[in-house]
Amino acid sequence: MDFQATIDADGRIEPRDAMPDGYRKTLIRQIAQHAHSEIIGMQPEGNWISRAPSLRRKAILMAKVQDEAGHGLYLYAAAETLGVDRADLLDLLHSGKQKYSSIFNYPTLTWADIGAIGWLVDGAAIVNQVPLCRCSYGPYARAMVRVCKEESFHQRQGFEILYTLSKGTEAQKAMAQDALNRWWWPSLMMFGPPDAASTHSEQSMAWGIKRHSNDELRQRFVDMTVPQADVLGLRVPDDGLVYEDGHYRFTEPDYTELYDVVKGNGPCNQQRLSHRVKAHEDGAWVREAAAAYAAKRAERAA
Amino acid sequence: MNERSEFISKHSVEPLYEVFVRSRRGLSHTHVGSLHAPDATMALRNARDVYTRRQEGVSIWVVRASDITASSPDEKDEFFDPAGDKVYRHPTFYEVPEGVEHL
Repeated sequence: MDFQATIDADGRIEPRDAMPDGYRKTLIRQIAQHAHSEIIGMQPEGNWISRAPSLRRKAILMAKVQDEAGHGLYLYAAAETLGVDRADLLDLLHSGKQKYSSIFNYPTLTWADIGAIGWLVDGAAIVNQVPLCRCSYGPYARAMVRVCKEESFHQRQGFEILYTLSKGTEAQKAMAQDALNRWWWPSLMMFGPPDAASTHSEQSMAWGIKRHSNDELRQRFVDMTVPQADVLGLRVPDDGLVYEDGHYRFTEPDYTELYDVVKGNGPCNQQRLSHRVKAHEDGAWVREAAAAYAAKRAERAA
Repeated sequence: MNERSEFISKHSVEPLYEVFVRSRRGLSHTHVGSLHAPDATMALRNARDVYTRRQEGVSIWVVRASDITASSPDEKDEFFDPAGDKVYRHPTFYEVPEGVEHL
């Protein structure tokens, strides 16, 4: 079956099938960006591992950050099935030629931010990622199935952190509210620009890479999240929020901020990237040592 | 050597390994993904950390991607055609008279 017939029949494209150049390029760009987001996303949370308020929270946070590394690896592996090399993708990230999700350019100022990341950022990621489990490219879809299974732990642990804080002292509750105030708008931006301004959407939908529009997914996220905020006893920082015909009408975030952060002007862009490059350079001796050891063992075995 | 592994072996210091996991006893190993490692021993350890963080497996195989010989999607038709006209290999091909049981 040829490419278009497979897509039309809602079939899956596999690595060695013939595919249009644009399809391959779009997937490489998207999967690489997704992989980069997972590993850059380790930083805002890693920031709190040493300061987690209990051993239980520390163990959970370490497991979560390890998961993010794992997600990055699943995704780099999926990208490599398209004929690119992980080392080259990392070079593109380090030189700023490929992007990662803008949400990770915001700082984690308090412990409540770790709760907000799990609840809102991972919550938004789940809404984005569940439809990707049915993406037309097989290896990407399969990687997303694994990622989604693991994300639900992430979201629940975040919610639990905020739930605990919101039932705590006044100061703790205020800390939780402050985190929600700061993360709400960037979380809404995670779904990308509004449909009318989205450059890649239409073609990606036709290719079965994307299944729902940015605005549809954003609405789904708001509908899911607002009742959860009620349970937390926290206030979503949107005066325009009203329930109407089964949906929450909400105020659109300021997308000029999104474009600005994408361009590199967010609060932590430089810090995130330089930390990543340093970690990569500092790890070079480990990779070299492992290669030398493997070579020595192969020599002995020969 | 297929196109992909050829590409990888040229460009990467660490070769690519395909990872197969037996999720529990009684089931066969299933392909779960791939990873880079300097050698098979490290590939196995990395596979444990990347693909079985939640007890997803009781056994792992790693195979160097360059050692896999695969059928080509281009010749898919000729390759699998011989099976196409042998419907009599399926039990549903045969007519069973009414009332016959356990057949």
